[in-house]
Amino acid sequence: MKHILAVLVENQPGVLTRISALFSRRGYNIISIAAGETEKAGITRITLVVDEDSETLEQVIKQLHKLVNVIKISDITNDPLIERELCLIKVYAPPSVKSEIIQIVDIFRAKIVDAGTETLVIEVTGDQDKLEGILQLLTPYGIKELVRTGQIALVRGNKTVQYVEEE
Amino acid sequence: MRTGAQIVLEALKRVGVDTVFGYPGGAVLPLYDALYDCEIRHILTRHEQGAVHAADGYARATGKVGVCIATSGPGATNLVTGIANAYMDSVPLLAITGQVATNLLGTDAFQEADITGITLPITKHSYLVKKVEDLPRIMLEAFHIASTGRPGPVLIDLPKDVQVNSTEADFPEKLHLPGYKPNYHGHPRQIQLAAEALAEAQKPVIMAGGGVAISGAQQELLELVELIKVPVVTTLMGLGVLPGDHSLNLGMVGMHGTVAANYAVSECDLLLAVGARFDDRVTGDITHFAPKAKIIHIDIDPAEIGKNVRVDIPIVGDAKSVLRALINKLEPLQDKKEWKEQVKDWQEKYPLNYKQDDKLRPQFVVEEICRLTQGEAIITTEVGQNQMWAAQYFRCLRPRQLITSGGLGTMGYGFPAAIGAQAGCPDQVVFDIAGDGSIQMNIQELATAVNYRLPVKIAILNNGYLGMVRQWQELFFNRRYSSTTLQGNPDFVKLAEAYGTKGIRVKSKEEVEPAIKEALDFDGPVILDFLVEPEENVFPMVPAGAGLHQVIRGEEE
Repeated sequence: MKHILAVLVENQPGVLTRISALFSRRGYNIISIAAGETEKAGITRITLVVDEDSETLEQVIKQLHKLVNVIKISDITNDPLIERELCLIKVYAPPSVKSEIIQIVDIFRAKIVDAGTETLVIEVTGDQDKLEGILQLLTPYGIKELVRTGQIALVRGNKTVQYVEEE
Repeated sequence: MRTGAQIVLEALKRVGVDTVFGYPGGAVLPLYDALYDCEIRHILTRHEQGAVHAADGYARATGKVGVCIATSGPGATNLVTGIANAYMDSVPLLAITGQVATNLLGTDAFQEADITGITLPITKHSYLVKKVEDLPRIMLEAFHIASTGRPGPVLIDLPKDVQVNSTEADFPEKLHLPGYKPNYHGHPRQIQLAAEALAEAQKPVIMAGGGVAISGAQQELLELVELIKVPVVTTLMGLGVLPGDHSLNLGMVGMHGTVAANYAVSECDLLLAVGARFDDRVTGDITHFAPKAKIIHIDIDPAEIGKNVRVDIPIVGDAKSVLRALINKLEPLQDKKEWKEQVKDWQEKYPLNYKQDDKLRPQFVVEEICRLTQGEAIITTEVGQNQMWAAQYFRCLRPRQLITSGGLGTMGYGFPAAIGAQAGCPDQVVFDIAGDGSIQMNIQELATAVNYRLPVKIAILNNGYLGMVRQWQELFFNRRYSSTTLQGNPDFVKLAEAYGTKGIRVKSKEEVEPAIKEALDFDGPVILDFLVEPEENVFPMVPAGAGLHQVIRGEEE
């Protein structure tokens, strides 16, 4: 089952390596990993999407906690979430199909960010379903290149995943 | 102003380190220069692996942090086995490695190896120090992390220029480690549940592991055992946490554990595991492990709970604190008569035994070492049959007495570990129980023992084989002794003499006692070369893949 973990870490050299090494060493399945700075200086937030049953997930969380630089782990899978991933798609688009592709782009409220003589580059942001949807429709035209950021997520409402410094 | 090298040494003194083990080289020259006129004792081994195992043995024997130093590249990679060994057995260890200067990092410079990368999965934490200003903080953090919670090895990689550069930076008053907060005190509700379960159980067993020794919880364990009269089995790492001659001590559990211990775990209705991690050598086939039992698991590392076996009552906390809390919740209980008799029956019917005849058998040698040192000696072991016989036949009376490579199973560990233990405990007798295979893996450390007058006694149970592997080949591979015959062994007596010390060969049973006495009387390291029965096997044995209840008692079966 897919789980989304919000992981707060100290922004120290090698912290991502430690996390990815842990996953490979213990054989945990990772779907995506996205990292970036947070509202607090020196703290990085990593969104991990893992595909594991709940017993293994418990181990994943405990093992992550053993890393000295990992401060906090929240399993936010069951929270109401805003989930986003950005995806850039370079699709084969000779003049004969260009307008069809532009229609698809419109339906998904995606953007065309570059056009070549035979290609279009489409930028699309959204949750997994939306991304899968547009990719499915574009595949028949020929996707030449695809790059995704990995999923990020934020809990809706007042609940936060934050590092509160202890005195 | 202090240089990086001075900061390292000052930090060591601050935390009370008086002995370090190491081997110099190009990238640690500045550190060794500072050591030259420092009161910290540096023991020069003959191989970096010797240094790291010695630091490990020192740590296990004394409970203090073991420190080793090596140069960059090959020096650092030679530490890898020792670091992995310390990691598996939760030994507080600080490994300091030299590194090429920061401007050369990542250029494949001479003797450059990415040691923090290499040791990532086998350290509790590690640092590559790029600025000398960070060093005071890192030194204190490293010690704190290595020695608290579940202890483990921490590596500090120190580029040459960082050792040389100077800084005003001072040691921080307080450490800031927001992601590192070991939980020492168990949850009161869980402890209450455990107390209730213990009070209700009809066939309870305590399984005590190395965590009890690390935590120093032997007194609490003893009180608990006597309060509620529960039989105890120990893991290999837990030997000695309850005196070996205590009437409720059933001995070691697992692959080469006693029949009584293995049957008791298989039949119990409650298993209280404390400071143990359910290694496969302990559990056998996990589906048949303690099948009738409710399991209480006390461990300071939450990740150990539920990792290998299902646990009914998990308690995260330090063994000493949790056991004390548990005692406070319990009333004295009477013996469970039926269970007590059952356990006693197993003990009487299936004691540890070996053939009593005129032949020189390895088990006899271990028993004699135990007898002639009044059971007080610190025992280190190599890995294989020698290790299991030491575990079975040397009755440990206290924790930290048996020093052995449990998790990693590192051949070549015992002798350098004995050197470290002797350096840390100069007033104790230290015996390395070795095999003729293992001892040759770090035999070069004889020079270290001689040089520093560390009177370690090495008992080689010399059977001319890699005995444990041979035993498996005999039992499971049709006696096809593929590459397990040790032809070309040296003359160990002459070898000892070549290093300037004493060697004694023992060929018969009668010679054992005088030889051990002679070794004990000699003020210096001694090799005792016991030419034992070559094809003796270690029993009892739970074959790989079998459950503990399927333990094989011996050859006759």
